[in-house]
Amino acid sequence: MSDQTVSALALTELPSKRSFFKPHRIVLIVLAALIVFSVVWFMRWDWVPKYSGRLAYGIGVTLLMLASTSILGFLLAVPIGLVQVTGPWPLKMLARGFCTIIRGTPLLLQLWLLYYGLGSLFPQFPEIRNSFLWPYLREAWPYGVAALTISFAAYEGEVMRGAFAGVPKGELEAARAYGMSPFTAFRRIWLPRAVHRALPTLTGETVLQLKATPLVATITVIDVYSVISKVRQETFITYEPLLLLALIYLCLTAILVVGFRWFENHIPTRGA
Amino acid sequence: MKTALKTFALAAALGLAAVSGAAAQQVRVGFAAEPYPPFTSPDASGNWEGWEVDFMKAICAEAKLDCVVTPVAWDGIIPALTSNKIDMIVGSMSITAERLQTIDFSDKYYNTPTAVIGPKGVDFEATPEGLAGKTIGVQVATVHQVYANKYFGEAGATVKEYQTQDEANNDLAAGRIDAVQADSIALNDFLKTEQGAACCEMKGNVKDDVDILGAGVGVGLRKGDTELKDKVNAAIKAIRANGTYDEFSKKYFDFDIYGG
Amino acid sequence: MADAGSLINWSLLALSPPGWGGVLLAGLWQSVQIAVGGYALGLALGTGGAMGKLYGGPVARDLLEVYTTLVRAVPELVLILILYYAGTDLLNQLSAALGYGTVDVSGLAAGIFVIGVVQGAYSTEVLRGAIKAVPAGQIEAARAYGMSPGQIMRRITIPAMLPHAIPGLSNLWLIATKDTALLAVVGFSELTLVTRQAAGSTKAYLLFFCAAGVLYLLLTLVSNVLIGLIERRYRRGMAEPA
Repeated sequence: MSDQTVSALALTELPSKRSFFKPHRIVLIVLAALIVFSVVWFMRWDWVPKYSGRLAYGIGVTLLMLASTSILGFLLAVPIGLVQVTGPWPLKMLARGFCTIIRGTPLLLQLWLLYYGLGSLFPQFPEIRNSFLWPYLREAWPYGVAALTISFAAYEGEVMRGAFAGVPKGELEAARAYGMSPFTAFRRIWLPRAVHRALPTLTGETVLQLKATPLVATITVIDVYSVISKVRQETFITYEPLLLLALIYLCLTAILVVGFRWFENHIPTRGA
Repeated sequence: MKTALKTFALAAALGLAAVSGAAAQQVRVGFAAEPYPPFTSPDASGNWEGWEVDFMKAICAEAKLDCVVTPVAWDGIIPALTSNKIDMIVGSMSITAERLQTIDFSDKYYNTPTAVIGPKGVDFEATPEGLAGKTIGVQVATVHQVYANKYFGEAGATVKEYQTQDEANNDLAAGRIDAVQADSIALNDFLKTEQGAACCEMKGNVKDDVDILGAGVGVGLRKGDTELKDKVNAAIKAIRANGTYDEFSKKYFDFDIYGG
Repeated sequence: MADAGSLINWSLLALSPPGWGGVLLAGLWQSVQIAVGGYALGLALGTGGAMGKLYGGPVARDLLEVYTTLVRAVPELVLILILYYAGTDLLNQLSAALGYGTVDVSGLAAGIFVIGVVQGAYSTEVLRGAIKAVPAGQIEAARAYGMSPGQIMRRITIPAMLPHAIPGLSNLWLIATKDTALLAVVGFSELTLVTRQAAGSTKAYLLFFCAAGVLYLLLTLVSNVLIGLIERRYRRGMAEPA
């Protein structure tokens, strides 16, 4: 996916605060305030205190899912990108096939394939239940982590492929001329330069990953989305919980964007 | 440019209305979009079959309603009713005080006990003590979810909530959970399948709690839709009286599903 | 246990009952219809949105900014839930207020609407970027020739921006096809949901999920071939990207 598309899909910059006090904006702000007020006043929010603890827990799970799968996915993306640029052809084909398949099918389907598909194998292979992995295979979250990690790795793997390929040849030749071994050159020059080049895409990819996390609720992982679903089922309120959920994701996205901006400003020689 | 925007908005709105406006006064019957044998399940030709489908057809014929089956996700079936996407719910939905605050129900059309199943070779009873420390699967937004949380969750069991009954059964067979609580007929049907027979057995019925489990299953209706409610109630009474109800029930059950 | 061959019952995929292949294909057809409809609606909204963002008045600009910001910051799944229920509800209340009584929104129309609104925000951003990539001098020249805004749009802006827009728009098409899967969560009978029903009814989870995966993949690959053709046509006369 090109950088341009990612930024069209995921919020990567907060709307700048060009003067907020143009006349028409003041009118719009007043209108928005009125809408917010009537939403707060006329809709039902009495359930919020009762569920606040569970909501906080759910947000924690969502963030944990996001952080772990983004980091794991990025670590996987590096070799996937690398072998597509320099690997032997079987590995190259393998990595390319992996990216095509994962990017060509819906994440929801992959998730259900992993959770219910693998789950349907367990009764046929009783050995699995006696293995040391069984306590984890019983739970739902490993499947959620696996599916989200794989998806992130496939999308970011494409980015890394471009990043590895885009490091100027001269820099690598210079490293060789210094007598660096291929591994040292990779560790000191190629990898850091490629990661640098890929960093600007990370904001968008991470926001996209955040937007993908609620899918794990469909396999019984209790994230913030699933807590809200529970509120809807228990209270029979249709819209209010969903509005709160949208607001929560809006805030999480904003925090992510601000956080990444801060990081980018503190990493010297960004891009190139 | 603003006119262009308006034109787009208008065209979009008209497009939607045009697709939908033509329909006559139909009754959209909401089914849970999932296999729930022997009541409602999709077959390989894309149609729905089962006892409740026969029941729905019988009352629609009796009340002379033009019924259209509209599958809806179970956990969104009440919002679908209240937001006018469907007109009635035929989904083995128990009549409970909690639901009656939001929607209305017809008279009951069947009533069966609630049961718990578990894996073979592990002995426990369907009581709070028997299930303490175990993981029990239920379908979300069901009476079983409320019941399991109240009685078993309080006593130290972990309650795991599934989008569909079928997924809870599947995870029990996979060994991911230790028990499943649901309607006894649906569970017995699962135990008769190859998968169910291989893994699991009936552990018994749970102690009844009418406040939570309700007094039978009714057709879910929007509040204030009394015209439809009267028609449905009259139709249920009529098919009970003229033998239609018993006739299609015999195809599925060798006992009286209507209950006491 | 038994060997892998006997674990797979291929006859379940047969096109006519008792095989579920026909149901899967019908689901795929539903998905494609929604994707095409949603994508087209999204393009229409996106064209209007991009125009509004670039040339509209200050109020239109701010409102569009709110629209694209919200859609890009909130998960599609949540948007779909909100739009699926609220969209119909609002439409009904609107028509009731106007005295038309309730309208009956078909599942297909609701699905197209939902995907279209989400896609609209994405295409607004893609098209806005593409139009901005058209050198301002070309448009000024057109204006100097006395062309009307409509003529400028038709003769200069659209042909000049298409090469910039096509990669982004083709990605959006692929995303539209995959986003239809999310409608499974509201119970719409598209490919992913019928797959889950078939899998649940037959207990052949792996088989059906893999089969659906192959169908989605085919859709993507066929789309890629078509996109390649379109791209080649509209990049005529452009330098190959380095």
